[in-house]
Amino acid sequence: MATKRIRLIEIAHARSGDKGDAGNIGVIARDERFYPILLQELTLDSVKKHFEGICFGKVERFELPNLGALNFILHNTLGGGGTVSLKNDAQGKTLSSAMLRMEIEIDESLLDS
Amino acid sequence: MNKTIRIASGQGFWGDLVDAPYHQVTRGPIDYLMMDFLAEVTMSIMQKQKLRNPELGYARDLPGQMGRILPHIIDRNIKVITNGGGVNPFACRDAIFREAKRQGITGLKIGVVDGDDILDRIEELLAAGIELRNMESGEPISTVRERIVSANVYFGAFPIVEALRQGAQIVITGRTTDTGLTLAPMIHEFGWASDDWDNMAAGTVAGHILECGGQSSGGNYLGDWKSVPDLAHIGFPIAEASPDGTFVITKHENTGGLVSVPTVKEQLLYEIGDPQEYITPDCVADFTSIRLHPDGENRVRVTDVKGRPDTPFYKVSAAYQDGYSAFGSLTYAWPDALEKARVADQILRTRLSDLGLEFDEILTEFVGHDSCFGPLASVPEEINEVVLRIGVRGKNKDHITRFGQELAPLILTGPPSVTGFAGGRPKPSEVIAYWPALIPKTAVTPHVVVEEN
Repeated sequence: MATKRIRLIEIAHARSGDKGDAGNIGVIARDERFYPILLQELTLDSVKKHFEGICFGKVERFELPNLGALNFILHNTLGGGGTVSLKNDAQGKTLSSAMLRMEIEIDESLLDS
Repeated sequence: MNKTIRIASGQGFWGDLVDAPYHQVTRGPIDYLMMDFLAEVTMSIMQKQKLRNPELGYARDLPGQMGRILPHIIDRNIKVITNGGGVNPFACRDAIFREAKRQGITGLKIGVVDGDDILDRIEELLAAGIELRNMESGEPISTVRERIVSANVYFGAFPIVEALRQGAQIVITGRTTDTGLTLAPMIHEFGWASDDWDNMAAGTVAGHILECGGQSSGGNYLGDWKSVPDLAHIGFPIAEASPDGTFVITKHENTGGLVSVPTVKEQLLYEIGDPQEYITPDCVADFTSIRLHPDGENRVRVTDVKGRPDTPFYKVSAAYQDGYSAFGSLTYAWPDALEKARVADQILRTRLSDLGLEFDEILTEFVGHDSCFGPLASVPEEINEVVLRIGVRGKNKDHITRFGQELAPLILTGPPSVTGFAGGRPKPSEVIAYWPALIPKTAVTPHVVVEEN
């Protein structure tokens, strides 16, 4: 089975926002056949590692199979949250893009079908 | 009963497109217009405005926006529901009555929902053993008691339903949940019972899709943003609701933007926590039950929403004064733009340290390089320009002011090819921190008044 290294953005899109000092990132499969890949590749460990130096708290993951989507909560991520944070992106609006830069391995045949 | 009602979103936050309500009212058929003005700390800003002027403390765009649509909503019997009343919904109502009078309109019924403002009741609540503990830190609110600037309870849909039942054409509320603004007309029109949990959840989900305005109709859409047509004339979303709890998300014809399954999915996932536990004063909605179906051009059908009983608590949104902050920026150009900005940052930090200034935090970001992605940012070989952005936060206002005096001197006493210092010295601004808490529903009572001019 030939695999290919891609960025997550090729098979998913996302939206992010803030919940206090935590960021939420909803990751949505671009096609239902990609949802199992999200389940497999976007683990608590891989997401925590991807956001090293950005997320300083725990990561939570919730599944929404009905939407082909996962929701992540990244605690202690926004420099104190909305009005306290000094960050340019105090509300975590671009965490979605940051997530979609993640590189994953994917079965090449899945991309063609 | 097969009737459907069309509920239009007219505002996603205080500062949204000013003309959106007018366009929703005039570009096609609607029955209700909902306008959400309140973010987490908006109430504290309004509370400060009210302190300076007892006639203020509400969304000041609102009377003008209402004045413009009044003749249309009266002509077509469109009802308007908004939480733009902020911390002074009666003053907001009176401003709208003045608009009506100016236009010679009489017999206008406006409902006001208040009782959400508990700023003056905190001592009484503390004495009654209600500690209003911070939902994140667990600390009781007494630790910041002297610095609290606002405290409001999030009410749900039912006080609005009561105002509609009493014949209000416009309902102005204080801190009502964004979702309640959309759920209320469905309860009112369809006669849903308050323990009809699946329908409470359906209206809540519709509210979540509408509450951020254009963000469900193609705005901020990451899926395929280049495919979204004519964002300049974006049509805000509309929910076409049916008595059975299903609804269609759409927008007016001949408007820009895009309503599709992916645009709606993105909004459904916006700022949620556990999708099975979307908690509102009206119900607990289960977002893992929602089914989306394409239903023609710019139409998405939403079905199968499941809900569970509400909790015994309201959420409280309080805010307290927490020191000061200031921001400044300088732009560095090629060659070595990033390196120059880094050196400038070090020089500034050395000077601040030499001065003995104390801050809770100093944050440096390089806009154009890493302000969004931090350590994930890739390092390009050559960069044309970068903005050095420095923020400081601390308890001592004088120290924050002094920081503002140290930034501009970098232009003549730091690395070269620097510009972009047009705004003057950074000034300290108050930091208002958010305090989320819970309060037993029995401790507060919404208050509904409907009056005619």
